[in-house]
Amino acid sequence: MRYLPHSDAERAEMLGVIGAKTIEELFAGVPRSALQTTSLDLPGHQPEYMVENHMRALSGKNRAAGDGPFFVGAGAYRHHVPASVDHLIQRSEFLTAYTPYQPEISQGTLQMLFEFQTQVANLTGMDVANASMYDGSTATAEAVLMACRLTRRNKIILSGGIHPHYRDVVRTYMGEGEHLVCLEASPEGQGGITAEVDDATAAIVIQTPDFYGHLRDVKSLAEAAHAKGALLIVVVTEAVALGLIEAPGALGADIVVAEGQSIGNALNFGGPYVGLMATREKFIRQMPGRLCGETVDAEGKRGFVLTLSTREQHIRREKATSNICTNSGLCALAFSIHMSLLGEAGLTKLARLNHARASALADALEQVPGVELLNDTFFNEMTLRLNKPAAEVVEALVAKNIIAGVPVSRLEPGKPELENLLVLAATELTSDADIAALVAGLKEVLA
Amino acid sequence: MSMNNQGRPTAPANDAAITTGAALLPDEPLLFEIGDTDHSGVDLPDVEITGARLGNHARKSPLDLPGLTEPEAMRHYVRLSRLNMSIDSGMYPLGSCTMKHNPRLNEKLARLPGFADIHPLQPVSTVQGALELIDELADWLMVLTNTSAVAMSPKAGAHGELCGMMAIKAAQEARGEGHRKVVLVPESAHGTNPATAAFLGYSVKSIPANANGTVDASAVIDALGPDVAAIMLTNPNTCGLFEPEVIEIAKAVHDAGAFFYCDGANFNAIMGVVRPGDLGIDAMHINLHKTFSTPHGGGGPGAGPVVLSEALAPFAPIPFIRKDGDSRVLVEHGEGTQSFGRLTAFHGQMGMFTRALSFMLSHGGDGLAQGAKDAVLNANYIKARLEKVFSAPFGGQPCMHEALFDDSFLEGSGVTTLDFAKAMIDEGFHPMTMYFPLVVHGAMLIEPTESESKQTLDTFCDTMLELAADAKAGHTTRFTAAPMKAPRRRLDETRAARSPVLKWVAPVAQQEAAE
Repeated sequence: MRYLPHSDAERAEMLGVIGAKTIEELFAGVPRSALQTTSLDLPGHQPEYMVENHMRALSGKNRAAGDGPFFVGAGAYRHHVPASVDHLIQRSEFLTAYTPYQPEISQGTLQMLFEFQTQVANLTGMDVANASMYDGSTATAEAVLMACRLTRRNKIILSGGIHPHYRDVVRTYMGEGEHLVCLEASPEGQGGITAEVDDATAAIVIQTPDFYGHLRDVKSLAEAAHAKGALLIVVVTEAVALGLIEAPGALGADIVVAEGQSIGNALNFGGPYVGLMATREKFIRQMPGRLCGETVDAEGKRGFVLTLSTREQHIRREKATSNICTNSGLCALAFSIHMSLLGEAGLTKLARLNHARASALADALEQVPGVELLNDTFFNEMTLRLNKPAAEVVEALVAKNIIAGVPVSRLEPGKPELENLLVLAATELTSDADIAALVAGLKEVLA
Repeated sequence: MSMNNQGRPTAPANDAAITTGAALLPDEPLLFEIGDTDHSGVDLPDVEITGARLGNHARKSPLDLPGLTEPEAMRHYVRLSRLNMSIDSGMYPLGSCTMKHNPRLNEKLARLPGFADIHPLQPVSTVQGALELIDELADWLMVLTNTSAVAMSPKAGAHGELCGMMAIKAAQEARGEGHRKVVLVPESAHGTNPATAAFLGYSVKSIPANANGTVDASAVIDALGPDVAAIMLTNPNTCGLFEPEVIEIAKAVHDAGAFFYCDGANFNAIMGVVRPGDLGIDAMHINLHKTFSTPHGGGGPGAGPVVLSEALAPFAPIPFIRKDGDSRVLVEHGEGTQSFGRLTAFHGQMGMFTRALSFMLSHGGDGLAQGAKDAVLNANYIKARLEKVFSAPFGGQPCMHEALFDDSFLEGSGVTTLDFAKAMIDEGFHPMTMYFPLVVHGAMLIEPTESESKQTLDTFCDTMLELAADAKAGHTTRFTAAPMKAPRRRLDETRAARSPVLKWVAPVAQQEAAE
């Protein structure tokens, strides 16, 4: 077995040192009735090429995004990732290291996390960011709980523009009840949030660009929240947008959470991704997740350590701010490397390019009979009202090898008013030919 | 709390920004000290936009994000990487963490476009291979654990704990037993266990370990009552021992109407050898990043699927896969089911699933069982070679996949567990887990995994014995001053926490802020 170094002779020699006759003797603590005496009903070990054949066959049954026109967004976006990013994250020293609990021999990971935290804080316009969360949706749920701790209140108002799956994750973490107000879906960018804010409100949660693609007014909502002593949580699922729209921190957000997948990370069928979380300095002690901080070593040299761990489960156990332990280290590294390659100049260009491609898509789609564009504003994603149920249209276009977008009904079933809505995104990878194919396909299917 | 306005450290960037340090241990400036906002390592067309569709939302403030060209970026990150120790560069015997070899085949396969370049919300008819892969992995997990269901979406071990405990909560509420508000957690548990229970509003009752480092069924029975919802028990436990009374404990827990959550962090000791379902567990998370070798990546990402007993299966989170003739469908909504809800936006850690399945297929059932046996053999070999000198608090019995020592052998030497760990760094080894579990004084928890050769284990044991002899001989400086050969000497963690600097700020901006 290629991964197991011992020969049988070595095993025997080691058993001799231990003073046991067989390895089974070492399992003496296991109740006899629970010890497997026969082999399990599983295939035997295989050479590399056979494993590869098996996996390639499974892979081949999927239609990759790059195999044709592709317009799916809704919380995960297909962007180009520079080849150097994937090379660097496969460096053994990054890939096969553990959480940097021994800082003297983990400065690579720690300095990278410090740089990542700075990039995220600057990108969101906030004071500080943590060293990443599982993904955007769980980061949103953690932000909501953090807001409850900070305000000692428990009412949360979720805008109707929040990604429905994010709303559902918040509901799972918080539990159902009057304390959780989920506003009706707002595909046309409707407001109505401020009317719900009262003295019991811990936080308003909004998303921009929202699930339907609309850019939301952060500033007025921050003012409405703050007037009642509540916090404003801003969710961003397309991090590239922050290259073109104003940073939520500059507009009064108290906590910004985001899905960082767009930068440096592949689609991966939903994971692993990287949750970003940033906040104001005064709220740090209630922030969940790992934090990397700067210090000096015994010789006065600058170095980095995990810090403020008295918030965390391995120190505080049942009194911790969260049960979170593992973060998304390697995905955060990919994010950070890609962001370093982009820099402000590159990110701005990338964001403009995305917006330009989406504008071209919107212009073309508006000419298709049976299509109504619901957005006055968008970054790279928009919602269409079609003249028939969107799920049927998407399926019909699959037959033409076009992946047209996400029918809203997939995330919001049983709501007739949403049945004809289609959410679709363009990125720098969307070509004119892709758009032309979609337009031609839609004309046919909607006719 | 005093803060320094998130500026640079009071100490200047020292030599780091000026010199490159020693030949093979380069100091590396921060990205922000190398790059600037005009440089970029990505060539993109500069397109004009009208801005009409941005409303009044266009960005006005600068981002202060420096860029690097590709050669600069390569050098920056390669240099940073060299400041890390990793499994590929040396033995990394961190107890409870299962730092085993990460096969590169798995990296290659996870990057196939049919896995890496598919979207979680593209039509289900276009991702049948992905669903088949998830099902195949789920089947392996169920066979290895003898359970009837598995929730695949949890993102990591602690997320899996949350999943399992939410299923337990939902099951009890469905039975009209929502009044059960206590969760039993042994003292030796990982911190995530009590944190998870508290997160869900349970109060935590601690169960003591006995003199052998395990939990007595009688201690559990004493603590059980009508208010107890569940026990969270790690098995093999964090002392590296199999709980000998686990079957009795499971029975007592069930008789009291409670559930048995098993922390599966130490599944590596028993994969293919003991099926947790045979022990009576109701839920157990499996850290794919430990047992099935999806890389730790410097702290993640992980993956924590949770196997469930028949009693809990109906409460599993959405989404889940259902077979429909020859094809598979994704059940993404809980209506009409007893699912407790959604734990994450999408379907879980697909990138980890591909790696874990590749690991399983490579090993086969036989290789996995041999791996567990070798992991146990290696830990016992270390224990046998060290225990004449090191103090094993629960000696006199074989251990499972990790060997636990306390610090009594260092008594009077002036050397602490921390000092000893730091001295190991100078000998080229990553330290073992220190001061955990909490049930022994100055714990040293050594988990070699099955990946280490006898030769490496011998070098490790020789080194440990030599260090112990030196500590006892009173050569304390080697320990208290360690590490001396690492990229950094000991770091001032108190200072980091007292006045947190969590972000880099340009010196000019810092100066202006001060004025």
